Amino acid sequence: MQIVVEDLAKTFRVAERTAGLAGAVRGLVRRKHREVAALAGVSFSLAAGELVGYIGPNGAGKSTTIKVLAGILVPSSGRVEVAGRVPWKQRIEHVRRIGVVFGQRTQLWWDLPVVESLDMLRHIYKVPADRFRTQREELIELLDLAGILATPVRQLSLGQRMRADLAASLVHAPEILFLDEPTIGLDAVSKLAVRAFVKRLNRERGVTVILTTHDMDDIEALCDRVIVIDGGKIVSDGTLGALRNTVTRERWLTVDVAGDASEVGDADATVIRREGERVCLAFDPEVVSPAELIRRVTSRHAVRDLFVENPPIETVIARIYQR
Amino acid sequence: MMGYAAIIAARFKALLQYRAAALGGLFTQIFFGLVRVMILRAFYAAATTAAPMSLPSVTGYVWLGQAMLLLIPWREDTDVAEQIRTGTVVYELTKPIDLWGVWFARSLAWRTAPVFLRMIPMFVFAMLILPAVAPGWGLAPPPSAAAFALWIGCFAGAVMVSAALTALINVSMMWTLTGEGVPMLLAAFATMFGGLVIPLPLFPDWLKPALYALPFAGILDFPSRVFTGNLSIAEGGLVLAHQLAWTLALAAAGRYFLARGLRRLVVQGG
Repeated sequence: MQIVVEDLAKTFRVAERTAGLAGAVRGLVRRKHREVAALAGVSFSLAAGELVGYIGPNGAGKSTTIKVLAGILVPSSGRVEVAGRVPWKQRIEHVRRIGVVFGQRTQLWWDLPVVESLDMLRHIYKVPADRFRTQREELIELLDLAGILATPVRQLSLGQRMRADLAASLVHAPEILFLDEPTIGLDAVSKLAVRAFVKRLNRERGVTVILTTHDMDDIEALCDRVIVIDGGKIVSDGTLGALRNTVTRERWLTVDVAGDASEVGDADATVIRREGERVCLAFDPEVVSPAELIRRVTSRHAVRDLFVENPPIETVIARIYQR
Repeated sequence: MMGYAAIIAARFKALLQYRAAALGGLFTQIFFGLVRVMILRAFYAAATTAAPMSLPSVTGYVWLGQAMLLLIPWREDTDVAEQIRTGTVVYELTKPIDLWGVWFARSLAWRTAPVFLRMIPMFVFAMLILPAVAPGWGLAPPPSAAAFALWIGCFAGAVMVSAALTALINVSMMWTLTGEGVPMLLAAFATMFGGLVIPLPLFPDWLKPALYALPFAGILDFPSRVFTGNLSIAEGGLVLAHQLAWTLALAAAGRYFLARGLRRLVVQGG
């Protein structure tokens, strides 16, 4: 196993003060502290070459986990090993082998052209010149950076900056890549570009990727395995299909009829929505098979088109968070 | 080492782009230089006792101070301060490089590039143009080649002290978060005790030992006096020792407090 996390816990002390002037004065004299458990016993392990989605609501502990794995945070307790090293103890050796991208921040130098930031990183990581050159050419091509290489980072759009940041995290060809919300705030085209790139990186070079995101399309497009964290604990770990099944077996049948759709329905299915000539029915395949339901609907109505699908992953995840 | 060299080079190149600021600064500094020389000439003309510094020396001292004004560690590195304020500074920990070293390297570039941009035209003005127009008002060349060589050494030493102090100001941002406290206080100290308002040799005798002991004296005062011949070659050696000692002390303090600040961040969270 390339990454092993066992019973990881991280508690923060948060200063608290009561509201109002009296509270502010009291805060000057004696601060009250409250312990907040960001991680309360997280365990998982990853094999080399996996591409894992790490998801959870805001404040669930996603970023804290990533920061511990990246060697930035020292946990309160638990065991972590990444490629045989303890991140916060052997930080320098550890960070040579990993790449990190925090979508909300940039590691590029604000007033430097992209190409110079990359060049500086080559020196920081001590990448040999010839290996750097091939690596750089490849990244420029894959991330379509040729047009923005000479542009100072402060003038880049968010999508361009994210592509440049991805390149910056990879100049030293790391074995493991941590992506913390890499698609946040990006437009659809940029999102697709980032996804395609991450997928290639994982498939073709075997880079292990841990990805946190709030965009479920990222997960559906990229991840074979999804770890769901909530309240500092892992609530689900498995394939996307398995995750669906633990929450709901429900499937959706969407029907277009000629004429009024207000009559369409079935005793074994619930209507999710009805818009003009279109109806969407939710059903449990264990109760009524898709074929049977379709037969019933088509026998009663003039059906023009229909299709069966899984509920959107957002719906599935939202149900997990609510449990 | 290559990493730090790359940082210095990149930062240096970026800073050389601010030419309009350099031009504006040059005119301001020439204006204030003329005012200061005028005031000092008036003082010297009216003086009844012998001054501890000759008029040509003090005039040269003023111009050197104007030329190297930005050597003074007058504020924190705003990029670093922004990183600390937003928490992006933890990102730097994902790089296989020492954070204090990065800040020191950035400061080295910051304390040299803008100075070079202003120093060269200022030297042309104060050494060539001004003496031709108004004899006795300009900057006289150093008394000997040895004094000039020593001045170059002292200039390098001054850059080191200033950069170490800048890095320490950066570190202080981890506690204060704004540039309004420590840096403003330090800027006032550095200006006053660095000889930018009144040349240090003109201060009262009882205050001089304290002023000479401070790091600020090593930034503008000592090197300028080596250049004008007010300090001898032997004394110049002591200047280098003074600068080295302060660089090491400020670096040690910067490293110590950075380690403490980072421990708070990594243990406590940002």
